[in-house]
Amino acid sequence: MRTNGILRVIARFLIPLIMLFGLYIQFHGEYSPGGGFQAGVVFAAAWILFALIYGLDAALEVIPERAQFVLACLGVLLYCFVGLLGVVLGGRFLDFYPLLDSPHAAQQTGIVAVEFGVGVTVATCAMLFFTFFARRKREIDAAETGEDD
Amino acid sequence: MLFAIYSLLSAGLFAVLDAGDVALTEAAVGAGISTILFLAVLALTGHEERPARGKNRLALTVVVATGACLIYAAGDLPEFGEPGNPPHVHVAPYYIEHAYTDMGVPNMVAAVLASYRSIDTMGEAFVILTAGLGVVALLSVPPRRRRHKHKPGKSEDDS
Repeated sequence: MRTNGILRVIARFLIPLIMLFGLYIQFHGEYSPGGGFQAGVVFAAAWILFALIYGLDAALEVIPERAQFVLACLGVLLYCFVGLLGVVLGGRFLDFYPLLDSPHAAQQTGIVAVEFGVGVTVATCAMLFFTFFARRKREIDAAETGEDD
Repeated sequence: MLFAIYSLLSAGLFAVLDAGDVALTEAAVGAGISTILFLAVLALTGHEERPARGKNRLALTVVVATGACLIYAAGDLPEFGEPGNPPHVHVAPYYIEHAYTDMGVPNMVAAVLASYRSIDTMGEAFVILTAGLGVVALLSVPPRRRRHKHKPGKSEDDS
């Protein structure tokens, strides 16, 4: 699809906007509808659109597979870390009040951090799904053509 | 395609019901990512379905019986939007009254998800990570050479 001018122009225009929207619903989730899960999916959708237009290899150069694995685990670990931080600072697990002095600010910090962890995990997992399904097609084709020889 | 349209319609329905978060999720996940993943899976499968042999009457009976039970049970569901419904009398009033004073977060859904019910959400995040690892584990197996085995079978069917 790399040669189709209309697709390329539209995608070039849309991909940054979709990513921006994803970041918006990630960090604006406490004020308006949104949150980590939706933001992660929207962000991954932008990357998948890039992969559909420019090919999987080009997309994997932007966010390598290794980075996807690492980020998927880091997202969950960030969530657990914020939870444990509450314990270390003298509260309960996933208790956000001890994080900062002001209770509202502490809750908001905790929510933003936790949602960010969820967002990173969801985004990279969606990317991993797409990467592996897309690559499978190529592997099957390779196995079949290898047999015809 | 139908799934995507269905998801988009339910997203519109949620938006009409003022459930912005659910509408956004449905639009992003149901209409967006699921459709793409469906297409990716469909690209992997064959173009023709293998014809099913005979009719499975037992399956039909089970499906019809279950469907009849569900339709019968739907008659006993509480009326939509009734204030005395079970979900509205348990913890929901507490959340509605205290979410803003507790958290200072205007979006009550975010407050419930990330703070009141943060261990649930952590479980969800782990579920997603596990699902991702499961897909990776399943699809990392090199593909079997399928053609070779099926070709003789196909010719048998034809003859």
